[in-house]
Amino acid sequence: MIQLTIFYIFAAVLLVAATVVITSRNPVYSALFLVLCFFTSSALWLLAEAEFLGIALVLVYVGAVMVLFLFVVMMLDINLAPMREGFARYLPVGLGVGAVMVAEMALVVGSSSAEFAEGAIASTVVEGGDSNNVRLLGNVIYTKYVFQFEVAAVVLLVAIIAAIMLTLRRRGGTKHQEVAEQVAVHKADRLRLVRDPRGKHDNQ
Amino acid sequence: MIELWHYLVLAAILFGIGVAGIFLNRKNILVLLMSIELMLLAVNFNFIAFSQAVNNLDGQIFVFFILTVAAAESAIGLAILVVLFRNRGTINVGDLNSMKG
Amino acid sequence: MDIVYLLIPLAPLLGAIATGLFGGRLGWRLAHRVAIGAVAIATVLSFVVLWVHGLGDPAPYNKTLYQWLSIAGVDLEIGFLVDRLSAMMMAVVTFVSLMVHIYTIGYMADDHHNWPEGSGAGKNAYQRFFAYINLFTFAMLMLVMANNFLQLFFGWEAVGLVSYLLIGFWLNRPTAIFANLKAFLVNRVGDLGFLLGIGTVLAYFGSLDYAAVFESIEAGGGEATLTLFGTEMTAATLAAVLLFVGAMGKSAQVPLHVWLPDSMEGPTPISALIHAATMVTAGIFLVARMSPLYELSTPAQSLILVIGGITALFMGLVGLVQNDIKRVIAYSTLSQLGYMFVALGASAHAAGVYHLMTHAFFKALLFLGAGSVIIALHHRQDMREMGGLRRYLPVTYWTMLIGSLALIGTPFFAGFYSKDVIIEAVGLAAEHGRPGAGFAWFCVLAGVFVTAAYSFRLFFLVFHGQERMDAHTREHLHEPGWVVTVPLVLLAIPSALIGLVTVGPMVMGDWFAGSLTVGEQFQPLHHIAEHYHGPVSFAVHAFYNWGNPAFYLAAAGVFVAWLLYIRRPEWLVLVRERLSWPRLVLEYKYGFDEMYTGGFAAGGRGVGRALWRGADGWLIDGILVNGTARTVGRIAAGIRGVQSGYLFHYAFAMILGLLVLLTLFVGGWQGWWQA
Repeated sequence: MIQLTIFYIFAAVLLVAATVVITSRNPVYSALFLVLCFFTSSALWLLAEAEFLGIALVLVYVGAVMVLFLFVVMMLDINLAPMREGFARYLPVGLGVGAVMVAEMALVVGSSSAEFAEGAIASTVVEGGDSNNVRLLGNVIYTKYVFQFEVAAVVLLVAIIAAIMLTLRRRGGTKHQEVAEQVAVHKADRLRLVRDPRGKHDNQ
Repeated sequence: MIELWHYLVLAAILFGIGVAGIFLNRKNILVLLMSIELMLLAVNFNFIAFSQAVNNLDGQIFVFFILTVAAAESAIGLAILVVLFRNRGTINVGDLNSMKG
Repeated sequence: MDIVYLLIPLAPLLGAIATGLFGGRLGWRLAHRVAIGAVAIATVLSFVVLWVHGLGDPAPYNKTLYQWLSIAGVDLEIGFLVDRLSAMMMAVVTFVSLMVHIYTIGYMADDHHNWPEGSGAGKNAYQRFFAYINLFTFAMLMLVMANNFLQLFFGWEAVGLVSYLLIGFWLNRPTAIFANLKAFLVNRVGDLGFLLGIGTVLAYFGSLDYAAVFESIEAGGGEATLTLFGTEMTAATLAAVLLFVGAMGKSAQVPLHVWLPDSMEGPTPISALIHAATMVTAGIFLVARMSPLYELSTPAQSLILVIGGITALFMGLVGLVQNDIKRVIAYSTLSQLGYMFVALGASAHAAGVYHLMTHAFFKALLFLGAGSVIIALHHRQDMREMGGLRRYLPVTYWTMLIGSLALIGTPFFAGFYSKDVIIEAVGLAAEHGRPGAGFAWFCVLAGVFVTAAYSFRLFFLVFHGQERMDAHTREHLHEPGWVVTVPLVLLAIPSALIGLVTVGPMVMGDWFAGSLTVGEQFQPLHHIAEHYHGPVSFAVHAFYNWGNPAFYLAAAGVFVAWLLYIRRPEWLVLVRERLSWPRLVLEYKYGFDEMYTGGFAAGGRGVGRALWRGADGWLIDGILVNGTARTVGRIAAGIRGVQSGYLFHYAFAMILGLLVLLTLFVGGWQGWWQA
């Protein structure tokens, strides 16, 4: 019962935050409310005993992706006025389409709720008595899904390289180090031996 | 007692909000991206709920990969956005129609 | 013996490869030496084979040397069947080929005059010519030595190819190109029948191998009946008629004869070798080889009799009005081929094949003699510009006389024995009541008169009478060199004597018994042989044989020619005026050419143009290809407006699509769409 209460609280916060995300005038607010969405989602996932994913969601999304969002939002000098154009005009359409979808999905869930009701979420007992979600997930990822895991790593690597290549810009006049030139430097380029004209006088 | 349908209905509503967000914020590409994040989140809810309900970890593995791809997508999308802004001086979707047929 | 049989066709093939591919490097002198050497090897070996088979052990050599494919129980093989028939053919082919090779040195020596200055096509034409005739010898030997239909067909097509190449040898002359195309196309018509015939043989006798087919025929395989176009016929008749259609094409029988006169556009040695002595007799050889099949089918034999008879008489008549020396001989060839077919149709196979052999000698002789005249006159062929050449070309004169006498069937000459036996045999066939034999008998008998008339018309026009050539040509008139005269003499000897020597065993005896089959019910040559008492008495008998006045008809033909062209030339003008209508018909060659070019060729072109304009241009290009592209273009232009370029439009489209899919899915699940 207490779990259900907690679920409803977090679900309510999640929905409200999500609504603010799409209706907020300022993208910064949207981003921040999205962070809130992720936090509440994370809590709901914990309730569903998906501990690892809950933590990962906070770490990856809130820690990395949303920071990136905020960074971009604040870095770009965005004129907000034209962005709101047609908001009111599209409001009924958007709400209508969204409502129809929700209704249809709810219909699916509702019409077979008996089947879905069989699996109570919070009372799952994992076989073997080991209910450590992280260990279980690790066992599967590093055995059965190891290749897919590697592919996911490559996807991330490609994303990193792509993002860097897209945004990299060389400006003229900036000072930077040319490692290759430094390594390939020749003695004759830098060093010039001169005879000290005074040497002889010193000896005398 | 939380049941499966709780999560499913929650995910459906979250997805609907995401869809509505795309319609409402059609000119603001940043919020568009955020709406997509919301929709992905809704999908993840479903995966996790079913994973628990049928007692099978494969659903959670799927969520794991969706998170990966979504992160990559956000990174590249934002990078494109930055380049776009640098070149065009705007990210207003209404000004970007050079792909018009 | 394997190696000998293999070497006979391969030597000319190697010669052809050497002269054809490396002719430029060999130079003309070495090239003709290689070519002649190769054919000489084949000739010597062929005579060895003829010796062995003709005088010694008559057991045929039948061996498959190489299996190419085996499909569904049908073996496609290369093998040789050498019996007395093929041994004789090999000897004739290689001997005439050798003569023509030697003669070619003289004929083609100044061939560069025939090409335009600096023509690239004329370069190494001499070597090319030798390569072609070597290749021809190879192909012809493959044809006659074949032991199965596939190899026969290969040889058949290969000689056709070489014939095509050689008719168009002077490929800068439009008439030559027209002629070789015509020969090729007309032969295709025959080949269609030939292929269908081979298919019929395969279908009803179950094999392509001669021996197996003959066994099947003996076992009654040809008796199966089938209904075709509402007519019931035996399989043997169908196969025989279809194969005969092939033979008609190759051996230029009416109505597929039109290509042979035009083939005279080729160099004269070719006319002698391919279009008189050897290739055109392939059809005769085919029918003779298939004698067991034809003996099963009286309808096919009657067809052969009628076609052969028509060709023998009516093509000879056309020869009477031709002015080109080679064309006269070409029509003579058509007519003589008709005689051979008549013999085959009358079940006198040995006589037909025998006439093939004697004809090969004297017709090659006549062509080479004509070629000698043409060389002397610097490649002029119109008989109206000749006359009185007897003084200048004595060797040619006497050898041509021998050839002409042999052709018209003068007693004691080679042509007499073969032709007289044919006439006798057809007469017997008519008495026996074979359909068509009476008509054929009339044709061949009348043909004797016509043959004599055109032969000696040519002879008198060329060698006697006034000298009608221009002064410049007359000054340079002289007999060509030994390479020309030696083949003439060597061909004149068998033309005169071979009948006297060989008619006894080959026609009257059973020399061909192992190769040619004659049915039990009617054996004309046996009847003739009963009254045969040696070649001399046979020849003497011709003078008082009132049932067969061939000799007197021939004499009358010569007399008429003498009268009109030597004695009373003014009567000729009178005859021309009186007979202007028949003359016109003959000069138009019964209108076959006009009918074919105006009917089939123009019709074919019309159909082609209709298909090009209508089907290809309008339907395929216009509607299917360009129309598709245009429709796609129009639709694309229409829906181009949908592509606004705005990101959110695409996003909306995706979401709406998702909505529709979801609705369909949920509705399906809920049963909304059920009526």
